[in-house]
Amino acid sequence: MSDRKTLQIKQISAHPGPIPGLGVQRDLEVCKLVDTTTCIGCKACEVACVEWNDMPFAETTFDNTYQTMPETRWNFWNLIKFNEHQREDGTIQWLMRKDQCMHCADPGCLRACPADGAIVQYANGIVDFNQENCIGCEFCVSGCPYNIPKFNKETKKVYKCTLCSDRVGQGLEPACIKACPTGCLKFGSKEDMKMIAESRAAQLREHFGYENAGVYDPQSIGGTHVIYVLHDATQPELYGGLPKNPQIPWSYTVWKWLFKPVLGAFSMLGLVGVLLHYVTVGPRRPQPEPPKKED
Amino acid sequence: MTNGWIDIKNTDMMLIMGGNPAENHPCGFKWPIEAKLHRNAKMIVVDPRLTRTAATADLFLQIRAGTDIAFLGGLINYAIQNSRLAHDYLLNYTNAAFIIKEGFKLPDDGLYSGFDPATKVYDKSSWNYEEGGDMTGKAAAATALTGAAPAQHQPHTSDTASGQGHQAGGPMGAKGTGGAVPPPMLPPKVAYDLSLQHPRCVFQLLKKQYERYTPEMVERITGIPKDQFLKAADLYTSVRKDGDMKKVSTIIYAVGWTQHSFGTQIIRTAAMLQLLLGNVGRAGGGVNALRGHSNIQGATDMAGVFDILPGYLKMPNPTDTDFAAYLKRITPTAAKPDPWDSFNYWSNTPKFATSFLKAMYGPAATKDNDWAFNYLPKIDRNYSWVNIWNDMYEGKIKGIFAFGMNGVMIGPDSQKNIDALKKADWLVVCEIYPDETSEFWRAPGITPEELKKINTTVYRLPGAGFAEKDGTFVNSARWLQWKNVALPPPGLAKVDQEILATIFLKVRELYRKEGGKFPDPILNAWFPYTDPKNPSLAELAKEINGKALADLTDPNPKTGLTLKAGQQLPGFAWLKDDGTTLAGNWLYCGSWTEAGAMIQRRGTDDPSGLGIYPNWAWSWPMNRRVMYNRASCDPSGKPWDPERRQIWWDESKQSWGGNDIPDFKADSAPKDHMGPFIMNPEGVGRLFVPLGAMADGPFPEYYEPIESPIANPLHPNQTNNPVVKKYKTDMDKYGTPDQGYNVVCTTYRLTEHYHYWTKNNPMNVELVPEPFIEVPFELADRMGLRGGEKVKVTSARSHYIAKAMVTRRIKPMKIDGKETFQIGIPIHWGFRGIAEDADKTAKTLANQLTPTVIDPNAFTPEFKGFLVKIEKA
Repeated sequence: MSDRKTLQIKQISAHPGPIPGLGVQRDLEVCKLVDTTTCIGCKACEVACVEWNDMPFAETTFDNTYQTMPETRWNFWNLIKFNEHQREDGTIQWLMRKDQCMHCADPGCLRACPADGAIVQYANGIVDFNQENCIGCEFCVSGCPYNIPKFNKETKKVYKCTLCSDRVGQGLEPACIKACPTGCLKFGSKEDMKMIAESRAAQLREHFGYENAGVYDPQSIGGTHVIYVLHDATQPELYGGLPKNPQIPWSYTVWKWLFKPVLGAFSMLGLVGVLLHYVTVGPRRPQPEPPKKED
Repeated sequence: MTNGWIDIKNTDMMLIMGGNPAENHPCGFKWPIEAKLHRNAKMIVVDPRLTRTAATADLFLQIRAGTDIAFLGGLINYAIQNSRLAHDYLLNYTNAAFIIKEGFKLPDDGLYSGFDPATKVYDKSSWNYEEGGDMTGKAAAATALTGAAPAQHQPHTSDTASGQGHQAGGPMGAKGTGGAVPPPMLPPKVAYDLSLQHPRCVFQLLKKQYERYTPEMVERITGIPKDQFLKAADLYTSVRKDGDMKKVSTIIYAVGWTQHSFGTQIIRTAAMLQLLLGNVGRAGGGVNALRGHSNIQGATDMAGVFDILPGYLKMPNPTDTDFAAYLKRITPTAAKPDPWDSFNYWSNTPKFATSFLKAMYGPAATKDNDWAFNYLPKIDRNYSWVNIWNDMYEGKIKGIFAFGMNGVMIGPDSQKNIDALKKADWLVVCEIYPDETSEFWRAPGITPEELKKINTTVYRLPGAGFAEKDGTFVNSARWLQWKNVALPPPGLAKVDQEILATIFLKVRELYRKEGGKFPDPILNAWFPYTDPKNPSLAELAKEINGKALADLTDPNPKTGLTLKAGQQLPGFAWLKDDGTTLAGNWLYCGSWTEAGAMIQRRGTDDPSGLGIYPNWAWSWPMNRRVMYNRASCDPSGKPWDPERRQIWWDESKQSWGGNDIPDFKADSAPKDHMGPFIMNPEGVGRLFVPLGAMADGPFPEYYEPIESPIANPLHPNQTNNPVVKKYKTDMDKYGTPDQGYNVVCTTYRLTEHYHYWTKNNPMNVELVPEPFIEVPFELADRMGLRGGEKVKVTSARSHYIAKAMVTRRIKPMKIDGKETFQIGIPIHWGFRGIAEDADKTAKTLANQLTPTVIDPNAFTPEFKGFLVKIEKA
């Protein structure tokens, strides 16, 4: 996975024509494995994400929890969710789950996106946002079953975890994986990660008394490129609201196959309007430059 | 650590207690996880609250802060009652069979024999072995416990025969300064009963001592329900089920054990449990202290403590009128069953001490002037942390240098420390941030009028941060690891050695010009560095390792090795007491040899697969990764577990060898029965600590914290540690439940912050922005308190205000039948920092709450388990 082949584009949002190069090259799909049973909530992945992606510091407020903030933000893509769960016998489980983009095989964000090239899915499974093409409509926000894409009011663009496509494209693991001290985060091919996750779940069932231990890789969206080992795979909701059976809103399915071409035609009308405006009004005149400040 | 971080991966069972490694040592915590993943190892976590460590545990028990000895004593009792013991190990490698003098009394009433209520000090003469020979079968018929015959009885030939007995003086040189009465000695020949039946043998006394720690008693004291305790006891001791010796369990702890008025004894209880189970010296076993700073192990090794010199040599005291008297006092002679052998490594003390004096005073230390022994300060009283501040508060100490620490924040009773600084003439702080100590005069509550009256002169020196200096860190695993500089210090900031050397040279100049009462130690201190104003740390590291001052030949004649004068020493076996060697710290000898800087090695080979990595950095002593590793083999020299072979006896070579460096006399054949615990004069592990080595008892006894919600259920008339002294200034107040202080409080650190300086770093502040107090859900419910609302916690000393974190991770407890609540406070916030400067906090300090009371052995304050009351603010 160490060459640019991994960043071969597989799907493009709102793109009418064929995908360039699709079917020509094939490569492994990548996957992040998060073993929640060995996560210690140290937040090294949170810091690594902020630092690698050069994000500005965000202000936070105490909210009766160890969790850094209630949910991910446009400038905070990786968040450990802390949940206290009281079992039937009265004992407490403190569950920690690293929340981030799941890089769905069938990405709801991409389906929902009306802007050509704002969201792409690479052949290796990474779903990436291209802010240059983003029109800020926030359809991706409602298309996501995990509440991941976040809108920045200042730039009017939407942001989320890139699975460090810049690092992965150069043969490196994502920053969060590199920072993890316990090894509860692993990165590799989907096939390998699935195998490691399943054998860990089996170990939890056989040797540690977690009868319902299992792997979270929901098939309702074709699986994800971030998978979890859970102490109790029958109750993913306990882990900060991980949906058991994530769904893309039906409207986006309809949208993708039916309305997109129609709306595409409407947008062509918009272009015609622009052309008319140019012809009738003329080109945009240069604006006077703002006065320069003395340093 | 007896073992090391990586070695934890070799374990089958972990007891993590008095420590929270997942939060405070997250990088090291990968090894407990490895043990779970690859060995199906089980993890038991015992803590006052369900921490992030407990979140990964297989069994979590919530304990009342400060009751650890009751829990561990209960485990000892369980192991004995259920025969979950390492019988051969116990018999051959511990003092279980040794017989104790008549007149020794167990503390049924809370007091051992010899207590003087007037001085609150024990006369420890009855805490001693009986002199004599083999008493086996003389007290009762031998029983099945003597599984393996001990080694053949034969006269030993070691150099220990001429021993005159020794004074097993306490850890503190200043003890026993009373007068000319010769201190009691250990007998050179100890009476023993290998059937372990003699009523006064250590094993029988131990059994009797901990019989009282029944599961019911454990429940009354600790608040851990009996069924949960039994589950943990069964699980932890399951490694010795049916006499199996293959499995190993480890104990992992940190300052949750040390910071009590009986902290040393908690750790002793753990060590005893590990000896009973045969876990010390073995891969995946041991008693493992997690050090809380990157170099706190190095600070201790290099004597950042008042009562020791580098390498744990005892500090001289005023009775040491000359070097010979000092050496006689601190050099032990062997004390053991006659047929057994004892290496008694501390018998080399004169070599270590002389080489140290040569490093201190160089050519000025000669045989004729006792190697300049009289230049060393003699400590006349206790100069430990809390005493320093108490003395300053009482006006006896006029100034203080604060390097690499924030004394106001550290406490205990931070207000007392602030008030002490108000009385000081001067204060020098070397720091990278403005901190609460250098700005103590800005503490909340100080009015402008009061400020005018504070006459302390504060000097602030710009220090360098950790990434701006090279040098070594010594980690918990005793590894000396060299690090390089990442950045030059900014602006006027300077590295510590430049600041210290500049001050020293200036002081020396003043002494030279003006003289003084005794200028010789300053004028003659050896300072042979290339750049005396800024000595390189590599040069210092080489001096600490030591070098030959004359041509030398190897003390082991077989090797035929020689050293030229000026060459680096290869190890401490080369040290001499005739002034021909120099070493700043004998324990670090071998770290920087003629072969180069061992501490800079980065070899990643691990041939044994045990995580030994012999060529990575260097660990003291002599690069041994697991201490006491002779005990990883049975008495005949074969590893207890062939799968985890550390060292073994090679009959053909007549020597010990293997994957690790033997922590043993390499050519001592198993038939000679030399004990594996070579630093004890007995050669064996001490279940019973004789004479004065512990101030408060030869076995650990459970005492309540100084502030406790109940009378001690074991002996209500002796609730607290009898030898603990309270401080007597007007600031030293101690609360009781009758005064309304009925909630147990403990303090700790978070993953997201490091002590008192990451509050200046925006990234850390983003992760945890404000101080908080963890409050049990049921208590909050009763108070009508919701998460995020402000609460005020008050102790007998002061108060602390922060937002409440209402949680189910701390549950209400039944303590001696009484419902009791426990709360917890992270220690990180003060009155300087990002949140503080933005007025987002109440600017109170967690350690304003904690009491001024200390452990009588290590003098560590009781930061954990004190009493408070809590109300909505």
